[in-house]
Amino acid sequence: MKSTFLIMRRELAAYLRSMTGYIIAAAVLIVDGLLFNAFALGGGEKLSSEVLSMFFYFSSGTTIIASVFISMRLFAEERQTGTLVLLTSSPVHDWEIVIGKFLSALIFLSLLTAATVFMPLLIFVNGKISLGHMAAGYLGLFLLGSATLAIGTFGSALARTQVLAAIFSGCIVVAMIVSWMLAKVTEAPLNDMFTALALHGRHFPPFQAGAVHLRDVGYYLMVTYVALFSATRVMEARRWR
Amino acid sequence: MIEVKDLTKYYGEHAAIHDLTFNIERGEVIGFLGLNGAGKSTTLKILGCVLLPTAGDVRVDGIDIAKAPHEIRRRIGFLPDSPPLYNEMTVGRYLNFAAQLRGVPAGETAARVAEAEEKTATRHVHEELISSLSHGFRQRVGVAQALVHNPKLLILDEPTSGLDPLQIIEMRSLIRNLRGAHTILLSSHILSEISQTCDRLLVIQDGEIVAQGTEQELALRMGAGGTVEVEVASAAGRRVVDLAGTVPGVTGVTIVREADGVVLVRMQATADLRPKIARVLVNGGLDLLRIDRGAAQLESIFLQLTKTHTGELPQ
Repeated sequence: MKSTFLIMRRELAAYLRSMTGYIIAAAVLIVDGLLFNAFALGGGEKLSSEVLSMFFYFSSGTTIIASVFISMRLFAEERQTGTLVLLTSSPVHDWEIVIGKFLSALIFLSLLTAATVFMPLLIFVNGKISLGHMAAGYLGLFLLGSATLAIGTFGSALARTQVLAAIFSGCIVVAMIVSWMLAKVTEAPLNDMFTALALHGRHFPPFQAGAVHLRDVGYYLMVTYVALFSATRVMEARRWR
Repeated sequence: MIEVKDLTKYYGEHAAIHDLTFNIERGEVIGFLGLNGAGKSTTLKILGCVLLPTAGDVRVDGIDIAKAPHEIRRRIGFLPDSPPLYNEMTVGRYLNFAAQLRGVPAGETAARVAEAEEKTATRHVHEELISSLSHGFRQRVGVAQALVHNPKLLILDEPTSGLDPLQIIEMRSLIRNLRGAHTILLSSHILSEISQTCDRLLVIQDGEIVAQGTEQELALRMGAGGTVEVEVASAAGRRVVDLAGTVPGVTGVTIVREADGVVLVRMQATADLRPKIARVLVNGGLDLLRIDRGAAQLESIFLQLTKTHTGELPQ
């Protein structure tokens, strides 16, 4: 566990000391801000809670994209520069490496998400929203980010380069998002399965509306667990070839 | 210290190493010699617990690497062929991280880092970013990270690759200074680079050990034990050939080069006859400038060892 913390600290420092981290953060904040201004605030009169709901809707999109780009470097960069050997030749379990890296990405994403809090606060200027709604929305963003980052960690563990990592995890994420559309054209029981699997369509809207269901929390935690488990298995398998 | 038995590693269909067997005693400095692609790095990665073998047995201090890899990783310092350095960290922070990762208690890390920096002469770059270091320093920091937790066994994969001649000499003396404190296993594809640093050489070719022993033993095995090179002032002319021919045991004398007032002569002998040859030449009134076993000899032993072996392989 100590090694997990060590690795997490080093990775977080790497995010904060590299250009890429800031570039991703800046790009995401700009896009999120623009979407919020143009669509959530603009477009005629609406309820404050609707504005907040739209903010979380847009933020969920930018969170997904940010997660893919934040996590792509985790293993692929180290494999490219040959530093992964330092970790794999040390007395550290592969799961400790995976979790340490994942947590650093999660903290970075959380910092990034926390930086968007001025937008919902702006709603208070001309309206009124419940803090519970805000908390639920941010919990949703955190869980969605965690699931996507875990998928990204898995993609990065598979890939040789960062670009490939982003492509791998991008494909998985997109496939999981559109499985919701697949549900519309399939019949029972397949459509139920596809709906339940969908990364966004079924499980995020409740958070967006301010409702926290155990079903949705459980789903995102499960995706995180399965993806990190797979990433660990990939790392272990690499030792065999 | 290390017992390797029937070690085999397949990459897909291709066997990178095949039934490798050798032993290394505590405190030895072993040179692992082979051309690129001979299986050196694969073997070292298995010993460094980065890769798992397909088959075979590796024990370090009697501990099986497949059963307790963590126990072994604590005892090993590994420098892969390209040093695993994080460019955005300073040398000090990096070594600190490496030490803690290997389980050095937090209270001792500063002292251990200082010690490793002392041994590798990197103390003065403690605060520098790794990205700003020259190739030679990067390599030294790579060695420092391998010995920061004071491992019993140091595995250095081509520590001199890409270094300039001066840096090679520095790296050599660095490794020589580490002798005694650690058992050292280092690899190279250049014999002359490691023959001076190592107690024993293991020659690997196509994933198999084709020879092992000291440089002299290898030379004797190849029947090249008695090659002697002599330089004399060229005033001697061809007399050097006649004189050398009179020494019992010398089988062939050839003039290699005659230029700038110096004649270079190479002779074949059944054993190391340098003292006798020198005496005969000096007594004969020649100006002896140099006599040795020949710089080219090391490489020729190595080439012969690897060549004869490739010759046997079905293509």
